[in-house]
Amino acid sequence: MQVPAPFEYARATTVDEAVALMGRFGDTARLIAGGHSLLPMMKLRLANFDYLIDINDLHGELGFIAVEPGVVRIGALTRHRELLDSAELAGVFPIFRDAERVIADPVVRNRGTLGGSLCQADPSEDLSAVCTTLDASCVIRGPLGTRTVSMAEFHRGPYETAVADGEILTEVRFPVRERGGSAYAKVERRAGDWAVVSAGSAVWLDDGGRIADARVGLAAVGPNTTGIPEISATLRGEEPSEQVFTRAGEIAARSCEPATDQRGSAEYKRHLAAELTVRTLRTAVARAARGEA
Amino acid sequence: MTDTRQRSFEDNDQKPMGFGRMLRKEDPRFVRGRGRYTDDVQLPGMLHLAILRSPFAHARIVSVDTSAAAALPEVKAVITGADLAGLGLAWMPTLSGDVQAVLATDKVRFQGQEVAFVVATDRYVARDALELIDVEYDVLDPVIDVRQALAEGAPLIRDDLDGKTDNHCFDWETGDAGATAAVFAKADVVVSQDLVYPRVHPAPMETCGSVADFDPVEGRLKLWSTTQAPHAHRTLYAMVAGIPEHKIQVISPDLGGGFGNKVPIYPGYVCSIVGSIVTGKPVKWMEDRSENLISTGFARDYIMRGEIAATRDGKILAIRTNVLADHGAFNGTAAPVKYPAGFFGVFTGSYDIEAAYCSMTAVYTNKAPGGVAYACSFRITEAVYLVERIVDCLAYELDMDPAALRLKNFIQPDQFPYMSKTGWEYDSGDYEPTMRLAMELAGYDELRKEQAEKRTRGELMGIGISFFTEAVGAGPRKHMDILGLGMADGCELRVHPTGKAVVRLSVQTQGQGHETTFAQIIAEEIGIAPADIDVVHGDTDNTPFGLGTYGSRSTPVSGAAAALVARKVRDKARLIASSMLEVSVADLEWEKGSFHVKGDPGTAVTIQDIAMRAHGAGDLPEGLEGGLEAQICYNPSNLTYPHGAYICVVDVDPGTAVVKVRRFIAVDDCGTRINPMIIEGQVHGGLTDGVGMALMEMISFDEDGNCLGASLMDYLIPTALEVPDWETGFTVTPSPHHPIGAKGVGESATVGSPPAIVNAVVDALKPYGVRHADMPLTPSRVWDAMRGTAQPPI
Ligand SMILES: Cc1cc2nc3c(=O)[nH]c(=O)nc-3n(C[C@H](O)[C@H](O)[C@H](O)COP(=O)(O)OP(=O)(O)OC[C@H]3O[C@@H](n4cnc5c(N)ncnc54)[C@H](O)[C@@H]3O)c2cc1C
Repeated sequence: MQVPAPFEYARATTVDEAVALMGRFGDTARLIAGGHSLLPMMKLRLANFDYLIDINDLHGELGFIAVEPGVVRIGALTRHRELLDSAELAGVFPIFRDAERVIADPVVRNRGTLGGSLCQADPSEDLSAVCTTLDASCVIRGPLGTRTVSMAEFHRGPYETAVADGEILTEVRFPVRERGGSAYAKVERRAGDWAVVSAGSAVWLDDGGRIADARVGLAAVGPNTTGIPEISATLRGEEPSEQVFTRAGEIAARSCEPATDQRGSAEYKRHLAAELTVRTLRTAVARAARGEA
Repeated sequence: MTDTRQRSFEDNDQKPMGFGRMLRKEDPRFVRGRGRYTDDVQLPGMLHLAILRSPFAHARIVSVDTSAAAALPEVKAVITGADLAGLGLAWMPTLSGDVQAVLATDKVRFQGQEVAFVVATDRYVARDALELIDVEYDVLDPVIDVRQALAEGAPLIRDDLDGKTDNHCFDWETGDAGATAAVFAKADVVVSQDLVYPRVHPAPMETCGSVADFDPVEGRLKLWSTTQAPHAHRTLYAMVAGIPEHKIQVISPDLGGGFGNKVPIYPGYVCSIVGSIVTGKPVKWMEDRSENLISTGFARDYIMRGEIAATRDGKILAIRTNVLADHGAFNGTAAPVKYPAGFFGVFTGSYDIEAAYCSMTAVYTNKAPGGVAYACSFRITEAVYLVERIVDCLAYELDMDPAALRLKNFIQPDQFPYMSKTGWEYDSGDYEPTMRLAMELAGYDELRKEQAEKRTRGELMGIGISFFTEAVGAGPRKHMDILGLGMADGCELRVHPTGKAVVRLSVQTQGQGHETTFAQIIAEEIGIAPADIDVVHGDTDNTPFGLGTYGSRSTPVSGAAAALVARKVRDKARLIASSMLEVSVADLEWEKGSFHVKGDPGTAVTIQDIAMRAHGAGDLPEGLEGGLEAQICYNPSNLTYPHGAYICVVDVDPGTAVVKVRRFIAVDDCGTRINPMIIEGQVHGGLTDGVGMALMEMISFDEDGNCLGASLMDYLIPTALEVPDWETGFTVTPSPHHPIGAKGVGESATVGSPPAIVNAVVDALKPYGVRHADMPLTPSRVWDAMRGTAQPPI
């Protein structure tokens, strides 16, 4: 049994209380959501905090998936499993179901949350790549009120986010546009392992079937999950084709900054960035064309 | 013969009176959470021990300050290497006759090495107190690259050994160098290939631990510990700790897997004993997952060059190999004394060849000690990988079908007993039917057709074969001993007055189902139902001496002991029956469970009747003592040689290089099959191990000697999603020297499957001109192989 260092523990019963507690304890405290990133680090004593503030009782307030006209809102405490199971969400953004199928294992998915995934800011976090792909924005609440930041601003580096001490991520918002399609693909060494590389694509077609807009998000190939504006620029206005996808793949390969590690060589990861970009674009376009979102 | 693949609870109702399929007797306790493991042991006043480990791979210890930790009121003792040195306990012998530090005194020699320990009132305080121990280290250059260990000027690791000036551990050779060279010189074709078998870890679900309870008044030590060899451990504790052997009781309760990981004596066990002696209280030590992965017995770590000589038409003439073996900081290999490389000598495999030779150099490095662990039958895993990979390399060069090449070279049935060119006497075997059955189950010819067709479309499908022969069931004691303890095993059988029985074994199950298998062996021999036979094991006070369970030796050695002890009881029962039935012994006929008068089946006594008479007030034959029990110590006359044919089918995604194991066909021949369900279970587990080693497992280190596999997030073991639905079959070639013809099977699948999987992946990559790729075949490494840029993993 791996034993973490001593800490004190409180359970917040409202978002305001969580914010107040975080304000009181500052950087000696951490919120605990699913705990599946935080606790392993604490058990290995890679992270030690004096106070843990448990927000799991806020699931009523922060655990929701709201599909509304023009926007999908998902509460920060929504569990992986809820994201996986939601047919409504998959109807709008099939990328969520693609991704959730390959995130961790059922035990982790039962507890791990969207907010925890984004706030962990691990460069390999799959949901971060999904949120980047879908151009999400994050709603952050603090003692001074609520602010909204884009995904591009949210991640500040590995394990660093825009959420300040005393703040809490409450909600993530996803714009919904017409004739869109999305997909996610991941290469892993073994089921439940973190990505060697993963890629998400979202595509929106115009009435003539051309690409009106496209976004690609990659995980595990840089300090944060990256969106690649050059791909969007290149794809806009194009007729979807294998050649176009390949070009996007090439941009993905050269735009990322992978490192060689136990999961694979940098070169291989670049190759995967291209390969998975092509594969997900292909699927996303097919889904958009079929009107599957 | 193939298994019908149905599973049904009716199997269990059949309750075989002897051999056959039945559900395991021990399972109700496990599936209901009633197993009792070392960590379940709770004693009044028990304290908890935690170990401080070295963060460095190689460093001199300048000072250790324990004062802050010792000042905590809940801390009852803090012990350092210097303290142990005062007691003469700082070093202990390893199972290979080297020494290993219990707690480091002079230097730390691998990351994770034991430096000090704390005993406290609970395990949390004990762990927290470790943070208060201040150790000053003088960091030294580590030896991590095994190829550099013997280089001029390499840092000296074992300066504790008198006169040691380099990192050389031992040299070993087998076979005939000259004769082999001569055959190579005249051969049409010579193929050589460098192969790495990376360092892997057994990673049992239950980590290692112990509870020591020393009674200062009686001078008695009771030790619960996670050990596969309780008797051998007891003897060693007596030698090391100076407590007389009769005052030591070692209890190995339920084990949550072992796979060889629980054969060695670890410093933690000794620390718990010292902790109990020092505090006068029972002391529990349970390592955590990271401690288990970084400090306990690893396996493999062999860098091999394989060479094979053959005629152009595919007759294999000779095999030669050179091995560089990484033994870590201490030679902690658990292998018989005369076999420093274990049974690697069986690297000639299942083939009838003219000559063979192996030379090996073992070195010390700044890595955890160990070496023989993980279901390897004493290094046969490495041997089988070598031969089965190199035979495939030959098939590649000859452009010959790998199945046909193997069939052409098998040792033939009339050659058994077969003396191999490295001196191993294979007891029995009939290889071709096993191979043919595997090919038939696989639909081998259709698979090759499918593959050819897929290749035209650029799809990558591979078919890999491995045919292995194992040598399991060590001794005989004359040739095989561990630190002077001969490899033989005792067994004791007692039939109670009501005809129920208890059998006591010297071996210790770690999940293999001994409580069922051994009851079935006794049942087969004396006709008492398995349910009526209690199997006792794992407690040195309650079982006869023997060397324990590893190297697939329980059935070959203790299984033989069980059969023979039952026959001894039956012989006595026959005498009693003759007096009960008032006929001569010669007029009695045995039918499982009863004796009857020849030609008169109605005049009979059951074993239960006889048991009651043996313990009763009635007359017994002249000179016969009461009771119905016997004891035996079985010294095997030879090892047993199970074999098997494995075929693996993989698909490789050409875009991502991800390998999917689509099918795996395993045909095993372990001689007489006692409980086919248990055998299949062992095979399934071993095949899963094989997928892990072939595709993902590796304990690697960075250049500073930091272990990069310190958690199960980093050291990957396979899940149900990586393995196919196993397809098993069997043939039966009994062992001629084993009383019931059984051979070991526990490790067959772990030994035999990695080459089948690697061969399949390499076969899939044939269109890229790939002849070899080293494990672990992660997507990245497969991609490198496809592009011709593969590097060995170490
Ligand atoms: C075995 C295993 C395998 C895994 N595999 C994958 C995988 O393949 N892909 C993948 O993407 N992930 C994987 N994960 C991570 C998993 O998805 C985690 O659940 C997720 O990273 C974190 O979510 P959590 O709710 O558990 O966060 P926690 O561990 O509770 O928290 C993580 C961090 O976020 C902070 N935090 C949490 N919620 C908030 C909030 N609302 N506002 C501000 N800060 C907050 C915490 O303070 C903490 O610093 C794996 C985890 C495990 C244990």
